Amino acid sequence: MFDEMQDSAGAVRPAYAELKDWLGQIPRDVLNYRRREADLLFRRIGITFAVYGDPEAQERLIPFDVIPRIIAAKEWDIVRRGLEQRVKAINAYIKDVYSRREILKANIVPEDLVFQNPVFRPEMNGQKVPHDLYVHVAGIDIVRVDAETFYVLEDNARTPSGVSYMLENREIMLRLFPELFSRYRIAPVENYPDELLATLKSIAPNSAPGEPTIVLLTPGVYNSAYYEHSFLADKLGIELVEGRDLITKSDVVYMRTTEGLKRVDVIYRRIDDDFLDPLVFRPDSALGVPGLMSAYQAGNVTLANAVGTGIADDKAVYSYMPAIVKFYLGEEPILKNVPTWRCREAEHLSYVLDNIEELVVKEVHGSGGYGMLIGPKEDKTTIAAFRAKLKSDPKNFIAQPTLALSTCPTCVEEGIAPRHVDLRPFVLAGRDRIRIVPGGLTRVALKKGSLVVNSSQGGGTKDTWVLDG
Amino acid sequence: MLSRTADNLYWLARYVERAEYLARILDTTLRLTALPLAYVGESNEWESAVATAGCAKPFFAAYAEANEETVTEFLAFSTDNPSSIRNCIETARLNARAVRTALTIEMWDSINSAWLELRKWGNGPPSREEFARFLRWVMGTSLSFDGSAYRTMLRNDAYWFSRLGVYIERADNTARILDVKYHLLLPAQEQVGGPLDYFQWAAILRSVSALTSYHWVYRQNVKPWLVADLLMLRDEMPRSLAHCYENLVQNLDRIAKAYGLQGPAQRHARAVRARLENSKIEEIFQNGLHEFIDDFVEDNNRLGSAVAQQYLL
Repeated sequence: MFDEMQDSAGAVRPAYAELKDWLGQIPRDVLNYRRREADLLFRRIGITFAVYGDPEAQERLIPFDVIPRIIAAKEWDIVRRGLEQRVKAINAYIKDVYSRREILKANIVPEDLVFQNPVFRPEMNGQKVPHDLYVHVAGIDIVRVDAETFYVLEDNARTPSGVSYMLENREIMLRLFPELFSRYRIAPVENYPDELLATLKSIAPNSAPGEPTIVLLTPGVYNSAYYEHSFLADKLGIELVEGRDLITKSDVVYMRTTEGLKRVDVIYRRIDDDFLDPLVFRPDSALGVPGLMSAYQAGNVTLANAVGTGIADDKAVYSYMPAIVKFYLGEEPILKNVPTWRCREAEHLSYVLDNIEELVVKEVHGSGGYGMLIGPKEDKTTIAAFRAKLKSDPKNFIAQPTLALSTCPTCVEEGIAPRHVDLRPFVLAGRDRIRIVPGGLTRVALKKGSLVVNSSQGGGTKDTWVLDG
Repeated sequence: MLSRTADNLYWLARYVERAEYLARILDTTLRLTALPLAYVGESNEWESAVATAGCAKPFFAAYAEANEETVTEFLAFSTDNPSSIRNCIETARLNARAVRTALTIEMWDSINSAWLELRKWGNGPPSREEFARFLRWVMGTSLSFDGSAYRTMLRNDAYWFSRLGVYIERADNTARILDVKYHLLLPAQEQVGGPLDYFQWAAILRSVSALTSYHWVYRQNVKPWLVADLLMLRDEMPRSLAHCYENLVQNLDRIAKAYGLQGPAQRHARAVRARLENSKIEEIFQNGLHEFIDDFVEDNNRLGSAVAQQYLL
């Protein structure tokens, strides 16, 4: 197991030296006092999220751990280059799938994986999108297993969330531990909203005026990420709209304002494809805008991210990502993929069934840690039940070895102890260039030994410090 | 700004104002019912409180009798009554949450803290003393919210729409007090009721926080037609109908100027203000106080619809 603070012999790694020293000096009750203060601050600003299916916890706080996670400059450099490469490849892949389909013709990705995928959108076939960009905002989940190796765990190419935590966690840390900041040179993340705005401006349709009107489309206050939507709209200085605020006329999108209708050029939508337009997708959707797809297809409005990007981020396509990177960029992937067995293939399936006790099995379209099996953690009955599920619909599953995620020192009941973490950095792809702020959202599994970091499953977050040289 | 944002700001302000109003009614009723019968007569003050809150119908659909227990529950803590203090604060916060980006941190903090604090009161306080504390807390919340709006909001359309909410709601509330108690204010009533009604008149003044102001304005003992004059026509009285309309006209004019367009809402508000300005209390009594108030309530509702039509939909 790889601990990011110290090696197996107990020697502290250079990036963590100051932190370790500081942790040794700060009295426990001061630390605990600041922890409570952090909780209070989060509660007061109202950063909460909803847990679906749990009426008691409609607005719950994600636990925040006050001990930062530190990434050395050199390590970040690898991650950053890897992310850029990955997102470039993802954009090239989506463009190809909806146009020439060369990767399918070359038999690198099997056709049925694309065409039988429910998130494949035939409406996008041959559709031109501004500047050939599909994924403008990506959240790539990364885990670390040793000093050099970073694995991509998941590509989130639809509507990734969590960036508000990256920003608020930093704000809170600056408020609570100014003395710790003076010991390090930490790369700032606070310019993320500026970078996002620049990205969104850069992808406006050519027909848009010099200062395009950008809005953020939210499903509304009951959405689990609503706080983030309002937070970002505020930081970007753009309107936070719901479907009912928008209207289309002759393939142009307008928002209803107190001064009448105002034309909209770019929609940063945080609402799934399915709900975007009841005339094209789910007819029962009250969240979307009738006619939006038609306006989009006419090129009068840009959607960020584009429609149909789900074909690049489900867990079955994931296993082809190294090949996808090579195919479009002719480069070796900088970030590794976790070895993945595709249960759709007979050989892989039989391997998975034979070794299920040692594997993590996931649903292809699952997210948020729901619907997965962690073999080594489960009892025989659960495994038997899952095995049956797997056999009845193997296409719907993939399996991976149980990764030994790296650990970071974390404040828990018993004191400061190592806990498993992952990292979600955010990648912005604009017309001019790719922007990545140094950092991301570190999620931590607060339960001892647990590998599930999802907030819906009791995970917490940490501030992520990328050292500046 | 988005119409929905303006709508949320408007209703946010209305609900906070309404919560305060309900607290005032309950506070006044507690005082009145604490007096010996000989001073206030046999009227059921709890029933009158429900009427003044404008929810007699739903109340009697749910309860057989209006007494301290049922009315307190219904007006303050009920989850079934959409206009209970609890629901006003819940709805206000829901509106606030929907327009977080249009609020200042201070405003959000004020309404969000109130919402968090509300949970501590559970389904009602254990004693009258605690209840009185609760009512003071509600009034304090409204003060702190309104104060943070006044002190921290940019003076742009967001602020003006929130002011429209405050004043339309306030005008409605004051008119409703007058509507329920108007019979106590008729001049003839003085001989009939005599000093018995003093406590009722004082209670009316107290429910709009104007007992002291009354003495400063008129410098004489409490007379029912002067109470009516103060609550309706005196511009310097912050809860009077005249004052509310002065502010409604001003804020609507600011919006019209910013957007470069006058509309039905502006014209209607000016017409109502003109009627208040040109009225004398004696004439109002001659033509019927009740009719005047009825007309006013309807006019006020019409302004609400005009604002909604013009800006919020």
